[in-house]
Amino acid sequence: MKAFEYAAPRSEQEALEFLSADRGRTEVLAGGTDLLGLMKKLIVTPDRVVSLRQVGSLHTIDADSQGLRVGAMVTLEELLDHPASAQYPAVQQAIRSISSQQLQSQGTLGGELCQRPRCWYFRDGHGLLAESGTAIAEGDNRYHAIFGNSGPAKFVCPSRLAPALIALGARVRVIGPNAEDETVMPLEHLFRTPKHDQQREHSLAPDQIVAQILLPPVGERGNASYEVRHGAGPEYPLVAAAATIVAIGGVVSEARIVLGQVAPTPWISAEAAASIISLPVNEETAGAAGDAAVSVATPLSHNEYKVQLVRVAVKRALLLAAGLETGGF
Amino acid sequence: MAVEYTWPPRDQTSVLGGSHNKVDGTAKCTGAAKYSYDINPDQMLLARALGCPHAHCKIKSIDTSAASKVKGVHLARALKKPGDEIRWQGDLVAVVVGETEGAVAEGLAAIKGDYELLEVFVNEEDLKAAEAAKRADKSGGKVQLQNEPEDENKDFENQEIERLFKEAAVVVEGYYGIRAITHMCLEPHGSTCDWRDGKLTAHLSTQNVSGTAGQFAGPLKITTDDITVHCDYIGGGFGSKFSADSWGTKCAELSKELNRPVKLMLDRDLELKNAGNRPSGFANVKIGADDQGVITIWDSHHWSTGGFGGGSVPQDVMPYVIVPPNFRRRVTNVKTNTAAARAWRAPNHPQGSAMSQTAIDDVAAKLGLDSYDVFLRNLVNVKDRGDVYAEEMKIAAKLIDWKAKWHPHGKGPAQGSIVTGLGMAIHTWGGGGVPSGCLIKIHPDGGVESFAASQDLGTGTRTVIAIVLAETFGLPVSAIKVNIGSSKLPASSPSGGSITVASVSESHRHGGLDALAQMKKLVAEKLKVEADSLVAKDGRIRDKSDPSKGLSWKEACSLLGMNALEVKGRGAPSPKSKLSSSGVAGVQMAEVAVDRETGVVKMKKFVAVQDMGLVVNRKTAESQIYGAMIMGIAGALFEERILDPKTGAFLNAEIADYRLPRLGDIGELVVEIYEPDSERARGVIGLGEPPVISPGAAISNAVCNALGVRVGVLPLTPKQVLDTLKARKA
Repeated sequence: MKAFEYAAPRSEQEALEFLSADRGRTEVLAGGTDLLGLMKKLIVTPDRVVSLRQVGSLHTIDADSQGLRVGAMVTLEELLDHPASAQYPAVQQAIRSISSQQLQSQGTLGGELCQRPRCWYFRDGHGLLAESGTAIAEGDNRYHAIFGNSGPAKFVCPSRLAPALIALGARVRVIGPNAEDETVMPLEHLFRTPKHDQQREHSLAPDQIVAQILLPPVGERGNASYEVRHGAGPEYPLVAAAATIVAIGGVVSEARIVLGQVAPTPWISAEAAASIISLPVNEETAGAAGDAAVSVATPLSHNEYKVQLVRVAVKRALLLAAGLETGGF
Repeated sequence: MAVEYTWPPRDQTSVLGGSHNKVDGTAKCTGAAKYSYDINPDQMLLARALGCPHAHCKIKSIDTSAASKVKGVHLARALKKPGDEIRWQGDLVAVVVGETEGAVAEGLAAIKGDYELLEVFVNEEDLKAAEAAKRADKSGGKVQLQNEPEDENKDFENQEIERLFKEAAVVVEGYYGIRAITHMCLEPHGSTCDWRDGKLTAHLSTQNVSGTAGQFAGPLKITTDDITVHCDYIGGGFGSKFSADSWGTKCAELSKELNRPVKLMLDRDLELKNAGNRPSGFANVKIGADDQGVITIWDSHHWSTGGFGGGSVPQDVMPYVIVPPNFRRRVTNVKTNTAAARAWRAPNHPQGSAMSQTAIDDVAAKLGLDSYDVFLRNLVNVKDRGDVYAEEMKIAAKLIDWKAKWHPHGKGPAQGSIVTGLGMAIHTWGGGGVPSGCLIKIHPDGGVESFAASQDLGTGTRTVIAIVLAETFGLPVSAIKVNIGSSKLPASSPSGGSITVASVSESHRHGGLDALAQMKKLVAEKLKVEADSLVAKDGRIRDKSDPSKGLSWKEACSLLGMNALEVKGRGAPSPKSKLSSSGVAGVQMAEVAVDRETGVVKMKKFVAVQDMGLVVNRKTAESQIYGAMIMGIAGALFEERILDPKTGAFLNAEIADYRLPRLGDIGELVVEIYEPDSERARGVIGLGEPPVISPGAAISNAVCNALGVRVGVLPLTPKQVLDTLKARKA
């Protein structure tokens, strides 16, 4: 690890003052479960680390008729245990699936969304775009993207909560050095597919931070997450799907289906959602939604199996959201 | 009186064969136990090595000048010179020594390497590609046929094999394999070396306390008497830690040069890249069998890689345990740009088992027979201990409820997408001891100590020695103070090949009985009885038939006078020895559930029935088997070394990326030790390796039974299962 300055601000404003506008000069420390490893491997080499631990406003959960307002420094465990999170089984299931006491109690919501990709070429120092995507395309891409991978970015977004939160219509409050930088935007806008190595996979400027996540009330929506996991450990799932549905008179009137671990961003599957509209949710229609989801898949040389896994994850997430048996383990 | 070196009968033991906690269990659980990585002498400097980023290249230059200038760095040095060839990614090219981890990390980052890239080959599974790249050695092999040619028929072998296949009731052809895995020792390889006043103390993480000191002598230009290798506890070796290794001797040289203690442990990725891997193995197998599934002809060609220079899985484990009278086997060694393989728990047996006992199960599948019956009938083709296998199969089948759960391959009931299946495999191992020494001291105040340059791999060497001596002297286990872990003690065996328990049991029982004979003599003189009439039991040396006639152990020891009684133990395992023996069987049966839609395999129940001669400590013996089963599940369902096909980079050389099972992946484990009088009479036999051999084949067979489709290559990951199912459909 390179030597660095450590800043421990006590307010949002103070935190922002410590951050540099130059990419890579400063890094934000939340729970540290990802940043420390990246720094030890010299993948990121900040001159200054800005800890948000003592910024009190980032640690609160407020629940009211507008929904849930969760500070970026709230730990996954705190969110899971909060009474208001019971209306969002999709979120609870995603947190429980992380199945590591350490990650749940140390990891934060903001950090979970802003963690860096697990791509082994990135983690081995070949850059986020793995030297313009060739290393991944010609190499071992078994865990890489099967959607949105035509450019150099072929890694997958590692966040396990983003699919559920985006499916639920979460927004994110982002703050920056100037008052006018503050913005509230749909969570999916936090993620982007970088086109060149100067871009990161988040739309945040280097001196911006995620402050809160705003979750609308769940209302009539059934919601669920389903991860296909290789083993019971804290390893990242092979694929994941989150679904929210509104069913009136037994047929679906609204649906949102978001996939995880399959694209450089959380992947909103309009195809899957469209296919289930005006239909009841059952094994057959949910399966068809899975088929629709993968109709635009473009697997790489070693990850075609993920196409099948997406089919299953979409089907099971929909069945689960409708309160039906999913099958599987 | 001639001492008879035997074990007491089962009904006359006091502690032998019981279930005992480890004597060092508390120290290990509380963190009081110091592993090599925990040794931090005052003034210690930290060293870390730099691995070459390329899998095959020639060094043009390694420039350490900038690294030397980093604040806190004492020394930065190239370990390779221009022109040297690097043959695997991660080979150590430089080392940096500094005051802090940060300084060393910055120093490493400042080293500039310039390399001329050479052609890389790592596609070990593709034999044709290996041949095209000139990375396949000439094949070797063996043919064994019952019939002999009647005349000078040069094509007899082919014709005879063809005839046998033609006459077979069933012919099965398949492709099987098992990918390379690493040792993944939780404590990486390395040492803390402390050079003081011309002498070296090396705190080395080693399976070989007795044999490594001399390896430091040459590089340090001293003799072995000035060297002590110390290792009280080791965080995993599995066959990869027998040598001081180049980084061990380098650490010692640096300590001498800088005149300060130096710690050099490998980083996790360098550990996986350099310090131990198990060769892969892939095989095309063709089997002919009669209509009952008894194999009549075996024909296989397997290939594997042990790295650039290492050997492959040898021919003699194909076929494994079940060897029909007629067979032809061929092996090809493939050279890849990977580090040399090292012995991995039961070297070559897990691969042999995974490549052949799967094929045998496919015979059962093709004939629609019960796998149990086919394995049982094929015991006619097992050279040793066929009766033991049969008995162990019976016990295992009962424990897993085989009969009730069995269904023909692929014909079981499905619950939605979930299907279940049963599979089994059998294995063998040696586990005999080697000549080892020890010193036993009995003090006039009753204290008992033992000394041997053995080591505890975590499995309970100290406890085994304490039990052996406690039984011998009629004392509680806690009364024996066991000293191991220093090369200054009497030489003992390394811990590999399951030889430790037989070795230390021989030496300590031998020495213990000799010491006891002397103690009995003293007591006999005092009590004016025959020494032969005495026994050591319940803390006394007393008359065999009249317990009131005797002395307490302490009183007896007071007869020694001023000095302790010192007796050397010399265990020499031999076929004549009644204390130890070699050769075990073992049967394992697995029950799995498979999700046909996702390819996810889950362990439901896993049964191991294992013989090991005479059991010294039941609890640690069972623990060994549990551990082996879990390690076997890892290799069957999770672990594999993943290399970039083009650059040869080791992609998952981190704990976060190298998949291993967790408790939730293990299912129910059932261990049954098979120790009838006939086995117990054979004496002590090592146990470390055998139970890790069968899991791959047993689990693969269970998955095949569930799916009705053979997923030929381990590990059975969701990708592997789904890719196989898809290929099958196509």
